[in-house]
Amino acid sequence: MQLYLPIAEVSVNAFLILGLGGIVGFLSGMFGVGGGFLITPLLFFIGVPPAVAVATGANQVVASSISGVLAQLRRKGVDFTMGTVLLIGGVIGSAIGVWIFAWMTRQGQIDLFVQLSYVIFLGLIGAMMFQESLRSLLRNRKSGGTTVRRAHVHSWAHGLPFKIKFRASGLYISVIPPLLIGVAVGILSAVMGVGGGFILVPAMIYLLGMPTKVVIGTSLFQIIFVTAFTTVMHAVTSQTVDIMLALLLILGGVVGAQIGTQVGVRLKAEQLRILLSLLVLAVSIRIAFDLLLTPSELYSVAGVLP
Amino acid sequence: MIRALALCLALALPAAAQEVIVAGLSQNRVSITADFDGSEILIYGAVKRDAPPPEGAPLEVIVTVEGPSTAVDVRRKGRVAGIWVNTASVRIDSAPSFYAVATTGPLRHILSDTDNLRYGISVDRVIRAIGIAAEADGSGEFVKALMRVRTREGRYRLLEGKVELTEDTLFRTDIILPSNLTEGEYKVRLFLLRDKRVIATQDRVIGVRKEGLERFLYNLAQERPLIYGFLSLVLAAVAGWGASAAFRLLRP
Repeated sequence: MQLYLPIAEVSVNAFLILGLGGIVGFLSGMFGVGGGFLITPLLFFIGVPPAVAVATGANQVVASSISGVLAQLRRKGVDFTMGTVLLIGGVIGSAIGVWIFAWMTRQGQIDLFVQLSYVIFLGLIGAMMFQESLRSLLRNRKSGGTTVRRAHVHSWAHGLPFKIKFRASGLYISVIPPLLIGVAVGILSAVMGVGGGFILVPAMIYLLGMPTKVVIGTSLFQIIFVTAFTTVMHAVTSQTVDIMLALLLILGGVVGAQIGTQVGVRLKAEQLRILLSLLVLAVSIRIAFDLLLTPSELYSVAGVLP
Repeated sequence: MIRALALCLALALPAAAQEVIVAGLSQNRVSITADFDGSEILIYGAVKRDAPPPEGAPLEVIVTVEGPSTAVDVRRKGRVAGIWVNTASVRIDSAPSFYAVATTGPLRHILSDTDNLRYGISVDRVIRAIGIAAEADGSGEFVKALMRVRTREGRYRLLEGKVELTEDTLFRTDIILPSNLTEGEYKVRLFLLRDKRVIATQDRVIGVRKEGLERFLYNLAQERPLIYGFLSLVLAAVAGWGASAAFRLLRP
């Protein structure tokens, strides 16, 4: 069934978009990532203009994150205190990121900058997660499958002031590290046009030492607000949110997110992390190939808005 | 300037010529609705004469359909330190979003270079790229690349031999408008030629407009962007909550 999108101004197959939303929603529910780093390149691929793809992708991430966070809420997987601290940092970072984005656009190399950020950050985080989760998977296998989890790791972070009790995470740490992580994620999400879950999830696990159980819900909680902010910003500044495209992506996405959450619960934390790291690595390698291989068409055409 | 000159000539020509075009379109407006998947326009016409057709060179017909034009940036990638980067960029002042040329025969056999230049018939004569030579080396390549890319997207079409001409009087052609159509006025031009020279012209316009839900959403996004943005969020929230609630009912 063909459907003409009023803002993107292309005709697309409605079922293809539903399926696309479903796959991304599934991953989103399973891993607690918004899926922005997948949906945007996929929309480019089917011919949606890049600006519309980025803005509409953000809108779809809002829906799948809400769906996911409600599912997590029922199993008490959201640390609201931590989420709020991350969000405050995220808004500050996002403002800085928007400024960097505008500056890079003036320099005329924003495409390259975005692609390089994807390769570097997805590559680094994917490789780190893969190595760590593979090691802990092997260790668990040797020790007969029981998870050895240190309840408390003392690090430099514990010496900092402004300590807060994060009850749901079972942490008593300074607000400074999560605030800084929020800022960093905010910058990256504004520059790369994603929610930032793929950075937030490992940062919460490895840098803050939060239990995996609350990481996904808390990440989704923060992503809802960041992407909602992005959606409205895009709608107001560039009129690039396609509500028709978003509706199709969302319908597929919310169903996918629910199924993904159910599957995610059944997998072990290490397995979940290894799968997410492989996915992140695959996207990174794919974009790296685009930069390294000789393109079949050296020229590209971009319409100039009047 | 060239356009104005061409217009003067076009206006002056039919009066002097013995042969005049009488043209019609199967529809002079195209509505883009939710199920829009391209549209086929029939362009037909007849040649009106005061005297018997002249001997010698046969009659040829060219029909062009031109969508609204915008400026475009054409970028070229180059290899810098092992990775492919946009290294050169050229701004082309005006390029049509859609352009189709339908003819009765091979374009270069029926149309002279002078008349092609004068009337702006083939797509390379329609693209306006003045002063790009200063912007980058080999700027002609950028215009060729633009035509190549848009031809592959189905936006530029050369339909040689697709105009049917019956008894040197009646002609017709079908032009398919693609599904990735932009809104605006689509200019239809018809040319009669003899001996590679244009002897009569005629202009028509097809209005392409979004209708119904498409129109409503587009206007809302343009005129009330904040409301539109919040509407998108409400939609996302309702769908997200709805799916969560539905699945809770399914799995007690």
